[in-house]
Amino acid sequence: MPHPVLARPDLIRFEGDTPHLVGSRCDECGEVYFPATDSCTRCTATRMSPHDLGHRGTLWSWTIQGFLPKAPYNGGETAETFQPYGVGYVELGSGIKVESRLTVADEAKLQIGMPLELTLIPYRRTDDGEVHTFAFRPAASA
Amino acid sequence: MTQDVAIIGIGLHPFGRHDTLTGRAQGAIALRAALKDAGIGWDRIGIAYGGSHDAGNADALCNDLGLTGLPFVNVANGCATGGSALASAVAAIRSGSAEFAVAVGFDKHPRGAFNPHPRDWGLPDWYGETGLMLTTQFFALKTRRYMHDHGITEDALVRVAQRAFRNGALNPQAWRRREMSYGEIAESMPVNLPLRQYMFCNPAEGGAAVVLCPAEVAKRYHAKPIIVKAAVVRTRHHGSFEVFSPALAAQQAPAPTVTASRAAFEQAGVAPRDIDVLQLQDTDSGSEVIHMAENGFCEHGEQERLLRDGETEIGGRLPINTDGGCLANGEPIGASGLRQVIEICTQLRQEAGARQVPGNPRLGYTHVYGAPGVSGVTILQR
Repeated sequence: MPHPVLARPDLIRFEGDTPHLVGSRCDECGEVYFPATDSCTRCTATRMSPHDLGHRGTLWSWTIQGFLPKAPYNGGETAETFQPYGVGYVELGSGIKVESRLTVADEAKLQIGMPLELTLIPYRRTDDGEVHTFAFRPAASA
Repeated sequence: MTQDVAIIGIGLHPFGRHDTLTGRAQGAIALRAALKDAGIGWDRIGIAYGGSHDAGNADALCNDLGLTGLPFVNVANGCATGGSALASAVAAIRSGSAEFAVAVGFDKHPRGAFNPHPRDWGLPDWYGETGLMLTTQFFALKTRRYMHDHGITEDALVRVAQRAFRNGALNPQAWRRREMSYGEIAESMPVNLPLRQYMFCNPAEGGAAVVLCPAEVAKRYHAKPIIVKAAVVRTRHHGSFEVFSPALAAQQAPAPTVTASRAAFEQAGVAPRDIDVLQLQDTDSGSEVIHMAENGFCEHGEQERLLRDGETEIGGRLPINTDGGCLANGEPIGASGLRQVIEICTQLRQEAGARQVPGNPRLGYTHVYGAPGVSGVTILQR
């Protein structure tokens, strides 16, 4: 299956069809970053390596974006067509919390601590088709 | 021994919407009012620090006030612009580089939420383009987690807003002067849950200025000088939960508000329990709740009871945002921190009219917080 077109391809790597977030890790102190950085704000070192952050996490905090953001947001909706979307910090295995869109925008269905998994969602349409960004959705019960 | 510094003049152009005035004009009005209050002319000011976020270079004020050749430093420190200007003016007087100094701020923002550009903050474009870089989201996300960790409910968020508008109604210079019912706030439009429309302040317009001099000569210029016991600015550490963060570190660190507050109390040689009247940054209800504890005025989780028991009202033990704060005055970024200082000076001078804190307040406190993680704290004494 061809992978979807991404707003920023370097944030994601695929294991088969499963997207993983890619960040960086400090070679000196081991602190993990997303997106990848050139230097470590914890220990001030400048040697960093790419780091796979995985694709599963738990919801650490959340809100629902209730109004259409101004530029530089480029989702393309109008005030009439805008649908509120979920936003959260998702705690990953290393303990880092990544800010992300959520596929759920219903306050009754969001709870701190709920298990989530990474997915890709279309967030804008151009002449060439849909552009995707990363988002977390409720984890499939395994 | 460190030279004490006093505020001898305060001037405010009321915050709100002023379609016929530029931001700079509002700054000039505030500055002239502060000079008049101090009883000195612009030509005697030895150094000035000023800022505006969206209304041009502050040093263009010299075109209004007079081209006296003084050093004028433009300050651009987000919401902490006023606090940073004041801290710099205090340092200039302490060092002896000027006898009279000015800290001034003004602004004029477009309606609606701020729309920051990622590159200005060292962040990648996709973070803004995909709809994750909104200050309102940050306040909501920090508030939601804080409520979860410390057992705070929506009740506290409503009560903060209700008190702000109640105090605003008592303040002739406030922008929002209508009291709001509990239900009106609790049922207002969801902006970024758990925060709703009337729990957020709005970008606004206005100007604010203070004139400072060495404390030992202050009485020559004003009958009620206010001593600046501390004026501190601190930025974030690695691991603190700040606005515009695509990710948060595994290990959390205290906010810059905590470090600025501790440093200010140490510098002033007083404790939170000594403060009689205070201003806490209330861009939104949740932030004020968090800032009550981050500044040391209560334990984490204690806020809801203090709010419910009326402790933070004008007649309470811990009167917060007696002029209505950002919620009732709006936030012109460049001027906002100095508005707080001016309100505390007004309270300590006992000139606050219907909103005057009873009991002859002696010590006041101000706190601002802004992007990308900077806090300014002052401690002021009658």
